[in-house]
Amino acid sequence: MSDALPGPTLSDEPILRVEDLKVHFPITKGIVIQRKVATVKAVDGVSFTIRRGETLGLVGESGSGKSTTGLAVLRMLTPTAGRIVFEGQDIAPHRGAELLAVRRRMQMVYQDPYGSLNPRMTIRSIVGEPLAVHGLDGDKKATREKVAALIASVGLLPDMADRYPHEFSGGQRQRIGIARSLALEPSLLIADEPVSALDVSIQAQVINLFMDLQERLGLTYLFIAHDLAVVRHISTRIAVMYLGRIVEIADRDDLYRNPLHPYTEALMAAVPVADPEVEARRPRAVISGEVPSALRPPPGCSFHTRCPRAMAVCKTEQPFLRKISPERAVACHLHTS
Amino acid sequence: MTRPLLEVNNLTTRFRTERGTVAAVDGVSFQVAPGETLAIVGESGSGKSVTALSVLRLIPNPPGRIESGEILFDGVNLVKLDDPGIRAVRGNKIAMIFQEPMSSLNPALTVGLQVAEPINVHRGTPWAKAYEAATELIGRVRIADAASRLNSYPHQYSGGMRQRVMIAMALACAPRLIIADEPTTALDVTVQAQILDLLKEVTRETGSSLILITHDLGVVARYADRVAVMYGGRIVEVAPARDLYARPQHPYTLGLMASVPRLDGGGGRRLMPIEGQPPDLASLPPGCSFGPRCRSIIPQCRTERPELIQVADRHAKACFANV
Repeated sequence: MSDALPGPTLSDEPILRVEDLKVHFPITKGIVIQRKVATVKAVDGVSFTIRRGETLGLVGESGSGKSTTGLAVLRMLTPTAGRIVFEGQDIAPHRGAELLAVRRRMQMVYQDPYGSLNPRMTIRSIVGEPLAVHGLDGDKKATREKVAALIASVGLLPDMADRYPHEFSGGQRQRIGIARSLALEPSLLIADEPVSALDVSIQAQVINLFMDLQERLGLTYLFIAHDLAVVRHISTRIAVMYLGRIVEIADRDDLYRNPLHPYTEALMAAVPVADPEVEARRPRAVISGEVPSALRPPPGCSFHTRCPRAMAVCKTEQPFLRKISPERAVACHLHTS
Repeated sequence: MTRPLLEVNNLTTRFRTERGTVAAVDGVSFQVAPGETLAIVGESGSGKSVTALSVLRLIPNPPGRIESGEILFDGVNLVKLDDPGIRAVRGNKIAMIFQEPMSSLNPALTVGLQVAEPINVHRGTPWAKAYEAATELIGRVRIADAASRLNSYPHQYSGGMRQRVMIAMALACAPRLIIADEPTTALDVTVQAQILDLLKEVTRETGSSLILITHDLGVVARYADRVAVMYGGRIVEVAPARDLYARPQHPYTLGLMASVPRLDGGGGRRLMPIEGQPPDLASLPPGCSFGPRCRSIIPQCRTERPELIQVADRHAKACFANV
């Protein structure tokens, strides 16, 4: 199935290639003798590639599986099936030491700048901890200098290094989290809603920081967020998820100008633009209903229950993600011919 | 101009904290006309929610207290009302919709009972009749199969459906003013659009006014008639929505506009964030509280506090500089 997807040519081997990734969670009943009563297919056959130096935005509403996808790529979750080819190596079956080695090249930035920093550690030890975990802190002087450089690189002042997380605002804490993620000089950063807990004026500072760091360090991002405007701003390409599947993947401007999947279209229409003149002119197509439970996804295309253009075939047959141009794929029966 | 439905004059609400008393709302004045939607925008700590809670006298005391000012609703000063007096207004003439529908609904009572309750309490309508009215209200907020859904409990509803229930409750006594405090922040975007469209539609039908409190400049652009921008407990700019977006006058408003990525914007355009951190209410600088982050600061800003001044028709800003 992977050859049907927009992917790289031979000349630019992607940094990450995810193929038919599935993450299923069993629902069990009983305490001593557990029996499986159902399965939640949080991620169900997701494939995409990320090229070196680009940002792939992963958007979707709650329950779409975007965070689970991120956690599976980082191998904080074990995939049920599928391949995760990172820098030429399938890391899906990796364990223990092998995984530790992979994580030197792949790091995470979390959503909650309060919950993700240990309140009892100073900023210096938080940022330096990855070096300690990976046994790279042998030379104390070099480590100290490295941590100082990291703290400076995210726009914090050197004298902040010996303070504790509670002394910082949300935006500053997110900078600390970013500094920590950069300590091992990874090539891929997975950022899960990294700016959604921040106020708008601070959000812009952190978005700019992400973009500056990418330019300076040649980083690759998997940027997971629900805010389409933020994702469009920061991404090179965008993948839209709905109930565990990618429904459309495209260049960010194509996706906005000409959304092909009815869900992408609905999502775009739902997001208000910060300009009353534009809003007054925009067509409004609000779709009804809410995202169905992942425990009982609708048969056929899982969006058909809310789709304004659903056809008979959509109720029975699940559409697969089909490449319709070199950079673009969509999973919709409207686009099968 | 028609007589305003709500007129807030010089409202100051203080909270006692470990670090001394702070003015969460500091000398705020604004008006809401009948049928109008006023958006109050601001970041966390700007005082937008405390303003809303003050109007309904829902400030927990202690530690909070409305220190001064008047809140004239339909000519009556709400600040001066005794407890039974303000209770007769809450949920009756002024209704509130909170951000988190799950914590605003009682998990142990059926939805029907909670929607019928204000009708019974304020109108003295017998329960059986109040239930009938509740059925109709639930239908009006487009919850399908209203009659049977009345006997369900809040946990059996999804987030969006719960917020519809909150709107039904708010509408129960045909209020003249609805205050919605970040009503869709906890919801997915497609559901957010449904809920805000519904809210706008019902206020249009009933002619009631709406105060929409939000941090989302997109939501403001889509739904508000007029906008008040708050910073550090004060209103820094107030204007009709189109005017505010076309010709923002206060450096903070300008900064906010340049900070938000736009869905229709050219990607890659560098955002222009407001430098620095949001103000600490316990140690505000003398003069303008936006001063330390302001690009247009002049000496006067460091010593004097700017009051709201008219800059155009229905457009006012609290700033000394010419932006």
